Amino acid sequence: MSEFSLYLLQQLINGLTIGSTYALIAIGYTMVYGIIGMINFAHGEIYMIGSYITFIVIAGLMSMGIVSLPIILIIALVVAMFMASTYGWAVERVAYRPLRGTNRLIPLISAIGMSIFLQNAVGISQGFRDVALPPMVTGGWALGNPADFEVTISYMQVIIFAVTFVTMTLLTLFISKSRMGRACRACAEDLGMTNLLGINTNKVIALTFIIGAALAAIAGLLLGLYYGVVNPFVGFIAGLKAFTAAVLGGIGSIPGAVLGGLILGVTEAMTAAFFPSEYKDVVAFGLLITILLFRPSGLLGKPEIEKV
Amino acid sequence: MSQLLLDVNGLTMRFGGLVAVNGVNLKVKNRQIVSVIGPNGAGKTTVFNCLSGFYIPTEGSVMLKNKQIAGLKDYQISRKGLVRTFQHVRLFQKMTVIENMLVAQHRHLNTNLISGLFKTPNYRRLEQEAMDHAVHWLKEVDLLEFANREAGNLSYGQQRRLEIARCMVTQPELLMLDEPAAGLNPNETKQLDELIIKLRDEHEISILLIEHDMSLVMGISDHIYVIAQGTPLANGTADEIKNNPDVIKAYLGEE
Repeated sequence: MSEFSLYLLQQLINGLTIGSTYALIAIGYTMVYGIIGMINFAHGEIYMIGSYITFIVIAGLMSMGIVSLPIILIIALVVAMFMASTYGWAVERVAYRPLRGTNRLIPLISAIGMSIFLQNAVGISQGFRDVALPPMVTGGWALGNPADFEVTISYMQVIIFAVTFVTMTLLTLFISKSRMGRACRACAEDLGMTNLLGINTNKVIALTFIIGAALAAIAGLLLGLYYGVVNPFVGFIAGLKAFTAAVLGGIGSIPGAVLGGLILGVTEAMTAAFFPSEYKDVVAFGLLITILLFRPSGLLGKPEIEKV
Repeated sequence: MSQLLLDVNGLTMRFGGLVAVNGVNLKVKNRQIVSVIGPNGAGKTTVFNCLSGFYIPTEGSVMLKNKQIAGLKDYQISRKGLVRTFQHVRLFQKMTVIENMLVAQHRHLNTNLISGLFKTPNYRRLEQEAMDHAVHWLKEVDLLEFANREAGNLSYGQQRRLEIARCMVTQPELLMLDEPAAGLNPNETKQLDELIIKLRDEHEISILLIEHDMSLVMGISDHIYVIAQGTPLANGTADEIKNNPDVIKAYLGEE
């Protein structure tokens, strides 16, 4: 293969890595929107909190003298998912549920307020500056001839792919097969009717926030380790990107969120391959606007059918 | 002696200055088909909305099996055995027929997340029971062959029957049907007619019906209430209603 195509392959791999983490976060937006028609703007902050908890747990375990990498990562993952889910649940309970049934704009404002609140609460307790972690997962595979261009897949990237794939598979099984998943789909179609059939829809809504937060925490762990750095504001831009991914794929659709995330990640990486990397956001959001102009419901979203 | 299942007294619903329903009384006994008729805009659906907990009535009492249910939330009322359908079909269109039937039994599957995660024997048994129950009712409404089809792809008459079947798996004692025959062809109306009678005679539940199709109402109702402009106008058996001059006046206007 030529040097150029190897370079493209490298960018594709990098793009899919970032894209799959966008997809993990985007699912939280899309599930909540699918059920209560609300954009949870504090979702990016849950991702940021997941990153912080990962860093704290890793630092804690290392100071206790635990050196086994798999053990550290698994404990960090479990703790981050649990803590972030608690945050996700609490945010819904405190800031959104009391406002349900009011004008749509009101929970949206509440969500923006929650987002700023969480950014600053974490900033005050953990400091507003970057917190760095030494690389935990190092090394990787190199393909191609070292003399001209080498395509590398780092072990961290492999972990990101593997964890994302397993998570998505489990989520799909949960939604399509389990009893609660069935209730989630019913709520997404007709919340009022689901309620009328005697299902406690508040529980189902709380569950979607918990699942979304747990997935965001997984993304927080993966991207935190990938970049090795976190600050209280990383949730803002990651949340915006994931929201874009959800809209791009068709908000309300879980496969759409995954597709949107991957497309966005690859687009960014490919743009960075040819232009100065500052252009990647310009192209990514330009793509979003273009797709929405021609397909307002997103790639996999179904067009709203007028109810008679 | 059949017992009183639903006893509504002086039901009144005001929206600001508008009195939509004014002093309506209704009685439904066990194993009875009772119809509510009236010209368009008479307040029939508002009565249903008050009974099923969509609205909290301004005044009046709603007793289900001698217990006050006025003011309870819609899901609490449905859990007490009073279940309704709507004028327009409200199925989960993107889910399959069998899934629609299983969702309706969600709360009867009293299991927790852990047992669901590990598929304990108890969880499997409950799932199997729900499945058997769903299959039983799909057979009753003649939809078993469509079990794995998306509900939205069924014909309109089939969707209506699926809606009734979905209500029935929640094990109601009183089923409220809001214009179930609207939009059905004569053949489908006849099937519906037979189904409603079967629900009363074989499954021993009561049915409260709003309907415009007079031949359906007159043919199957044990008792009929007439409402006009939110106010009760008359009640009695089909023959009494047919010959009541007030009713004829309300429908056809004065001579």
